[in-house]
Amino acid sequence: MSSTASRPAPVARPAPRVFSLPVFVIGLAIVAIEIIFGGQAGEYYLLLAYVVLQYVVLSVGWNILGGYAGYVNFGTAAFFAIGCYTTIALSKLAEVPLPLSILAAGVVAGLLGLGTGYLTLRLRGVFFSIATLALAVVLQTLIVNWSFVGGSRGAYILRPDASGVFTTYVQYLLVVMTVLALIAILVSIAVERSWIGMGLAAIRDDELAAEASGVPGLRLKLLATTLSGALMGMAGAPFPYLITYVDPPSAFSLAIAVNAIAMPLIGGTATWWGPVVGAVLLGTTQQVLTVTISSAANLLIVGIVLVVFVTAAPAGVVGLVRSIRGGRA
Amino acid sequence: MTPAIQPILEAKGVTKRFGGFTALDGVDFAMAPGERVALIGPNGSGKSTFVNCLSGALTPEAGIITFEGRVVTGLPPWQRARSGLVRSFQIPRPFRRLSVIENIEVPLNFALAAPPPQGKAEAALAILESIGLGAKAYASPKDLSQVELRKLELGRALAANPRLLIADEAMAGLSDAEVDEIVALLEQLNAQGIAIILIEHIMRAVMRFSQRIMVLVAGRKIADGLPGEVMRHEEVERAYLGQ
Repeated sequence: MSSTASRPAPVARPAPRVFSLPVFVIGLAIVAIEIIFGGQAGEYYLLLAYVVLQYVVLSVGWNILGGYAGYVNFGTAAFFAIGCYTTIALSKLAEVPLPLSILAAGVVAGLLGLGTGYLTLRLRGVFFSIATLALAVVLQTLIVNWSFVGGSRGAYILRPDASGVFTTYVQYLLVVMTVLALIAILVSIAVERSWIGMGLAAIRDDELAAEASGVPGLRLKLLATTLSGALMGMAGAPFPYLITYVDPPSAFSLAIAVNAIAMPLIGGTATWWGPVVGAVLLGTTQQVLTVTISSAANLLIVGIVLVVFVTAAPAGVVGLVRSIRGGRA
Repeated sequence: MTPAIQPILEAKGVTKRFGGFTALDGVDFAMAPGERVALIGPNGSGKSTFVNCLSGALTPEAGIITFEGRVVTGLPPWQRARSGLVRSFQIPRPFRRLSVIENIEVPLNFALAAPPPQGKAEAALAILESIGLGAKAYASPKDLSQVELRKLELGRALAANPRLLIADEAMAGLSDAEVDEIVALLEQLNAQGIAIILIEHIMRAVMRFSQRIMVLVAGRKIADGLPGEVMRHEEVERAYLGQ
């Protein structure tokens, strides 16, 4: 044993704040830059930024359940699509402003998460994952057969004109998605640093021991599924306005389900910034490859990068950075 | 041997079956606040099943378990932990990706009715100091030795502020000196008024620690009494030494 006599008494380290001011300020700065300079930038660059940020929201949202609690959700496309179709359904009923659609999508997708969680979270590990896979299939079948939102033919949506400080509608969409990403990241930080994150981490490491320590497993997992589902649904809400025509294959896209898992895994699932790094790296690479090589190379690249990371760096970029720094966090 | 005062824990007719196998067969058990009881029995006699029924990891098919006068038979483990009925695990089950101090903070966050007055981090450090792990507060459980992991397991149970602690084979595989360390730690906890059920194979520790011994064999309670008497019991000798 080490010499306990001469050792100074350890001091409690201060806990990090639940609200991250630096992230908030950086987020606002990015929004300001987009508003001021977004009008001059080419539309392609705005679209590129939008897609990357959409993946930031999806992977940060996915990570709340998949990373913090260790419950792998294969059904991201279902949540994304339910967000899309909330917007479409609302637009068929009345002229609803986008922020309101996003809010509604968050509520609907959150409830979907809660319901799915209630039905499936008693299943542990891989059984839960299979159930979420089924969710996407069931939901897609429902949408295909629901003619009000276009059924299998799909639905068109009219883009309103740009207004206020925005030069184009795409610029407006980009700002909306940036704000969503900021919200998702702040929520994720708050979860990670609060008692919720500690409880989820305990569940991820050993569910039985967590329950023996007083952690209400099912309740916390339901909270995580709801939050995670709501964020992923909100990411889907502006999507119909981006592409103006949505059909079930584009809303329930395989790319979304795969990326939402690949990006956090590549970035690292233990912290909030892992999924952000993963989404920015992989999202940008995909967009560049789509232009330079082919759009079909897209998912192929994701597959290869994922295999490389899972075998060579299972803790993702976060893990690499930490091991280069020479210590654990 | 039922205590005259209101028992802290009472189990009546607890029966647990796995398919056609009866792991526990109508076990009755009661213990007084602050008592030290050892639960012994050969491998497969139902000790761990009994612990799991008491702590909520398993629900018995028949029987009633009351803790401090309240029926807890159907309550999930986390609610039992919150009410002061806390267990530690046979094989240490630390939260491996949390630091040692965070392992202690989990029950401080979730099992206590009110947050500790001095703050969670300070309270966790105090607990780690009391079990001799203060210097390792910010280490990972991966870097702990076997005996340190056992201490962490007890520390985590301790952080939940138990009135009854079920220590499931807290000493298996430890050296003699390490066994003494853990027994001393358990005695120290008991001196603070915590009733303790010790599940153990190491008879030296059982005889030193317990005021009372209960013996399970093949799912039935065959003896329950003072350590000296129980060990002279004919059936216990047969179960332990063979016929």
